[in-house]
Amino acid sequence: MGEINKKQNDWDSAKVSREPIKTLEDKWKLVPSFLQVKGLVKQHIDSFNYFINVEIKKIVQANEKVFCDADPLFYIKYLNAYVGTPDLEEGYNVTKPTTPHECRLRDMTYSAPITVDIEYIRGNQRVIKNKQLIGRMPLMLRSSNCVLTNKSDFELAQLNECPHDPGGYFIIRGQEKVILIQEQLSRNRMIVDEFKGAIQCQVTSSTHEKKTRTNVIVKNGKYVLRHNALSDDIPIAVAFKAMGICSDQEIMQLIGTDDTSMKKMAPCIMDCHNLKIFTQNQALSYIGSKLKVKRFQSGTAKVRTPVDEARDLLATTILAHVTVENYNFYVKAIYLAIMVKRVIEAETNKAAIDDPDYYGNKRLELAGSLLALMFEDLFKRFNWELKSIADKIIPKVKAAPFDVVKHMRPDLIANGLFAAISTGNWTIKRFKMERHGVTQVLSRLSYISALGMMTRVNSQFEKTRKVSGPRSLQPSQWGMLCPSDTPEGEACGLVKNLALMTHITTECSEEPIARLARNAGVEDVRLLGGEEINHPAVYMVFLNGNILGVSRQYKRLIKVFRMFRRRGLISAFVSIYPNHNQRTVYICSDGGRLCRPYIIVEKGNPLVQQSHINELNRGIRKFQDFLNDGLIEYLDVNEENDSHIATVEQEVDPYVTTHLEIEPFTILGVCAGLVPYPHHNQSPRNTYQCAMGKQAMGTIGYNQKNRIDTLMYNLVYPQCPMVKTRTIELTNFDKLPAGQNATVAVMSYSGYDIEDALILNRASIDRGYGRCLIYKSAKTTMKRYSNQTSDRILGPSRDATTGKVIRAHEILDTDGIAAPGEMVENRQVLINKQMPPATLNPVTQGQPQQVDYKDVPVTYKGPVESYIEKVMVSSNSEDAFLIKILLRQTRVPEIGDKFSSRHGQKGVTGLIVQQEDMPFNDRGICPDMIMNPHGFPSRMTVGKTIELLAGKAGLVEGKFHYGTAFGGSKVRDVCQELEKHGYNYHGKDIFYSGITGETLEAYIYSGPVYYQKLKHMVQDKMHARARGPRAVLTRQPTEGRSRDGGLRLGEMERDCLIGYGASMLLMERLMLASDAFSADICGACGRLASRAWCHACHSSAAVSSVEMPYACKLLFQELASMNIIPKLTLKKYC
Amino acid sequence: MPLKDEKPRLFLEEFRVKNAPNDYGMADEKWSFKKFTKKFRIVIVRMDNFEMEFDLIGIQPAFANAFRRLMLSEVPSMAIEKVMIRNNTSIIQDEVLAHRLGLIPLKADPRLFEYRPEDATAGTEFDTLEFTMKVKCTVNKSQPKDSYRAEDLYENHSVYSSQMKWQPMGNQASVHKEADIGPVHPDILVSKMRPGHELDLSLVAVKGIGKDHAKFSPVATASYRLLPEVTLTREVRGSEATLLQSCFAPGVIGIDSEGRAYVRDARYDTCSRNVYRYDEIKDAVVLSRVRDHFIFNVESVGALQPNVIFVEAVKILRDKCKSFLDELNKFN
Repeated sequence: MGEINKKQNDWDSAKVSREPIKTLEDKWKLVPSFLQVKGLVKQHIDSFNYFINVEIKKIVQANEKVFCDADPLFYIKYLNAYVGTPDLEEGYNVTKPTTPHECRLRDMTYSAPITVDIEYIRGNQRVIKNKQLIGRMPLMLRSSNCVLTNKSDFELAQLNECPHDPGGYFIIRGQEKVILIQEQLSRNRMIVDEFKGAIQCQVTSSTHEKKTRTNVIVKNGKYVLRHNALSDDIPIAVAFKAMGICSDQEIMQLIGTDDTSMKKMAPCIMDCHNLKIFTQNQALSYIGSKLKVKRFQSGTAKVRTPVDEARDLLATTILAHVTVENYNFYVKAIYLAIMVKRVIEAETNKAAIDDPDYYGNKRLELAGSLLALMFEDLFKRFNWELKSIADKIIPKVKAAPFDVVKHMRPDLIANGLFAAISTGNWTIKRFKMERHGVTQVLSRLSYISALGMMTRVNSQFEKTRKVSGPRSLQPSQWGMLCPSDTPEGEACGLVKNLALMTHITTECSEEPIARLARNAGVEDVRLLGGEEINHPAVYMVFLNGNILGVSRQYKRLIKVFRMFRRRGLISAFVSIYPNHNQRTVYICSDGGRLCRPYIIVEKGNPLVQQSHINELNRGIRKFQDFLNDGLIEYLDVNEENDSHIATVEQEVDPYVTTHLEIEPFTILGVCAGLVPYPHHNQSPRNTYQCAMGKQAMGTIGYNQKNRIDTLMYNLVYPQCPMVKTRTIELTNFDKLPAGQNATVAVMSYSGYDIEDALILNRASIDRGYGRCLIYKSAKTTMKRYSNQTSDRILGPSRDATTGKVIRAHEILDTDGIAAPGEMVENRQVLINKQMPPATLNPVTQGQPQQVDYKDVPVTYKGPVESYIEKVMVSSNSEDAFLIKILLRQTRVPEIGDKFSSRHGQKGVTGLIVQQEDMPFNDRGICPDMIMNPHGFPSRMTVGKTIELLAGKAGLVEGKFHYGTAFGGSKVRDVCQELEKHGYNYHGKDIFYSGITGETLEAYIYSGPVYYQKLKHMVQDKMHARARGPRAVLTRQPTEGRSRDGGLRLGEMERDCLIGYGASMLLMERLMLASDAFSADICGACGRLASRAWCHACHSSAAVSSVEMPYACKLLFQELASMNIIPKLTLKKYC
Repeated sequence: MPLKDEKPRLFLEEFRVKNAPNDYGMADEKWSFKKFTKKFRIVIVRMDNFEMEFDLIGIQPAFANAFRRLMLSEVPSMAIEKVMIRNNTSIIQDEVLAHRLGLIPLKADPRLFEYRPEDATAGTEFDTLEFTMKVKCTVNKSQPKDSYRAEDLYENHSVYSSQMKWQPMGNQASVHKEADIGPVHPDILVSKMRPGHELDLSLVAVKGIGKDHAKFSPVATASYRLLPEVTLTREVRGSEATLLQSCFAPGVIGIDSEGRAYVRDARYDTCSRNVYRYDEIKDAVVLSRVRDHFIFNVESVGALQPNVIFVEAVKILRDKCKSFLDELNKFN
């Protein structure tokens, strides 16, 4: 007792004498250091690299042999597979190395050849052929085989590439495509959940061959096994017996011999007795009788007994990931017993039910694994095709021996991969997998939108279902997924974004881990009975969802593993964590887990010391060194939950803390990282900004002038924000900005500023504020047709009488393509292309035939003229001429253009005011923009007010302030800076009215705020019509601005008119202004007559013409066509 | 707050600007020319070619503001309005280039020119100045070794405003001196170029007013402020005095040998009102501004001297009044 007291005292005194841990200065510099190695899109690139360098070889190896039914000696064996460097096929067997930019411009696919080394039988010789082309692999930019990797900025510039471009996307037919990160439940893990009130334990097994789902569910108080391959549920005891656990005692020992388990299992055991199943054979034949009848039984396969079928099913399909050797089902039986145990536990203890939304139970699928699935499928099909060709040709007698290499078509794999990426449809019949929208076109609206897209995580959950669970913010998202960046509306909470420091694991080999575990005292379960396995002192150890064994000293096991990981003896991404309720230890080395780095804390001291940071500052230490020295380690979501992590140094508790957060701002993602002082804002505002940052125009990359995109928005004078954040610097937003610092006065002015409208200063606009460039491109190809004709381009046509070039062709050069620098107006021709008629007689070959070409010019449409920036003439992958024209417009802000600050505060320009009318302050400064103060109280965007202060202080001090989340310049310091320079401490200045010249009664809060110009501009939206096109069927005006449509007087507007009683106006709007039609009606029979002649009455005597909507006449005719005759009764009314 | 003299004042309170009690603004005052001439004074405080500070004392804000507005938007100046682009192979877009050129301040006395008639297609020597700009970027043949600086590698890699060349029209060469025409600042960067890039432009400058485009405004800014006044209502000494001193711009509050604070010169106070942050000295001062004492600050862009700009503004106001009176007289 005394001993204990003394110890306690020691501890207390230790606590008292302990000095508070010093805050590490510049700890945030670990973040750029991390990003330097990992990059923002490293997940994608890592995963793709793993695929093309490792996994593709594994896949080829797994399907290495192709046999042929016709010749038992014939075989093809794949020895190795490689993915080459990107090139273009220029004609037959001629290739040329290419660059991503060339592919973008020429509408090509950035891809590399897939070659294999094969060994096969030709005639009766064994032949080895190396570097045989079997397909093409679209290459991810900046992956290991891409030309851009490990290039300096200068070299990248020579390749026309922006050094800040993150890469991680593909270029398919000139289009940049991203394979979004897909989120799904983890495979090969037991998940206990409640489904319609019944507890079930579900395992989705996934191996290279099979994907199946096995359930243990409670049915009428009994446990049953449910599987897709079985037509009926199998009582659990039968399943055990089929696996060779025939004695009831053994079954119970596996599940557990405590009272509850015994009580719950009793009916199941009874059930089995009632079915009179006692032996394994009986059980197997019972299962055999419940097999689903396969419809496509391969005829030649030997007919097997149901018992064999059932045994096979149990071995390979049910719980497919638990491997069975020599039909020894013992491990699988233990696995099944654990499933039953989980269900029993969950029945009494609701807390044991797993949360399917918990991120520890989720895996993220990246481009590499998705492509691997697709490639394996295509490769299997490729082999199957080779086999069927061999089957067909080998029996035939030929001059030359059958050479299978000549029948290898690389198109199959190439086109399969290209089509999958370009459509985003991932259809793999083998796994009954059909997914749409896996890929998206990389949005190049702004640099941030492209970057934001690369970190996007797409959930497999249906968007239409109204369940809040999967959409709500999960506590386990902390640090892994950005809490702010999600869209509003239907995809809310389903589409997420990675946080700044998140890493997604790629899988690493299980074998060394298993070996290590065994050495650390994990005993093989195959040698143990149920009683030992379920002993309370023993923890079961799982490796990637498979039973590895049991451990008597789980704490030691975990310690050993963590030590090994920190020493770098096993992969840094292996995680190990206990689950005390289940008395298990899980070891994970699979791919797709979310993880992030933490500083290790030992005995209350962070291992990263100031000296380390200083070394980092001096550049002699890299992030990898921190990992190698065991100062920092990666934790995945599950292990994170087994750790005690301090957010800041002050929180470190020497007795419990195991880790320290590197920087709290890294819980936010790329888009939310742009917001200054986000921790002062109401949270939805940050979410709004995340959506709006992607619509802001600015710069998209250093190579923006070399690109020919269909649509590109640029700012003429983009600026770096006065108030930066660390994330802005890390993402290089300060080098590729999208916005301008506007001097804002928060006051009301003129009344044109209600509802978030902004007032702009005319002089600011004159001097270049908000000026933007809009690039659009027009494109055409000159096709060659099979009948020896092709499209052609003619020079400008001239007026027959005056000899002058006609107006539509005024801007054409002599080659028939618009000249660079010219101004194009509406309906002018950009490319004077002509096409031969489609049906041409190909018989008269030889002599050139007289062909009537049809004009198919590429014309310019738009109310405002554009200028031609440049013209590109090239050829595309089909060897056709490709002509691209880049058009440019310069736009100046006008009333109705949309602007937004970085705090989710958007507004349209309400008024543009002359400079002399703007208020001005003592120093003669007049604001660029006036914002109404009513925008603040309800939005609670305090961050914006602080941004203004910090920006103003930055101006007077000549430096940038930081508004980094959970940190940044303090308001107190900022205000003191203002005071130092003679400004009001609160940022409020005296202003004079520009109109009356008198002092304004209130002090005006004013200073610079970073404003983004959003892509929504009135010029693209303005629309009005008096007369115009009509739909053919109904003769009503067309719909929509693009078709010059009418403005709809809708149902509610109609209701108003009815309520008011404006019947003539109603008539005018709904009929006369729409589809008035004078129909001939026969007064005698009431039917429609045609041309004043009633076909029913054979007379024109009673025909009179009635004004009605054309839609009404159409309805009558449609009704008549289905044997309903509407009749009109006509009456004279005046 | 009763102050000794009769000056109309605005009081800068902690949260608002307030008129003196019984002061209903000068709009209500009956205006008499005699009274005005007696009171009205102009004091020029500071002046050089680009900037002038002067006081208008004893004038209504409407007048002071009218002069300010006129200087900003109606006093004419010359600026490049049209850019004929024969060749532009630089990366800067034609429109942007033209816009940048337009904003270059030109030193040409606008009083010597006329407005170009709206329907005129071509300019005349009386209303137009023509410049050309012909720049071609080339590789510097005599480049020093081991240098990768753009200025060593290339010739003409930056285009500056000084590269505009005046092309006198008609008789212009004899009327204007070469030194009087051209950009005010020779070092305004117009564009950056690389070998192969070329600019061949002719620039047409016309006379215009700031109302049409900010580039025609002869001033960078012209604004005024009211004369600040600081009055101490009680004795402040010791540490409070230094605190008080720190709340104002340097030189506003002085401390005498006995440690007492006194108002030295409030003219250059920034009116930051930071004194209200300290409860202990809050009550010791009254901040106010003299309502009819306008401290004007005119920053010329360089074409005209600031005093000339002001006089021009006054002339414009006079002409406006005259034409208004003429219009009124027509009806009588």
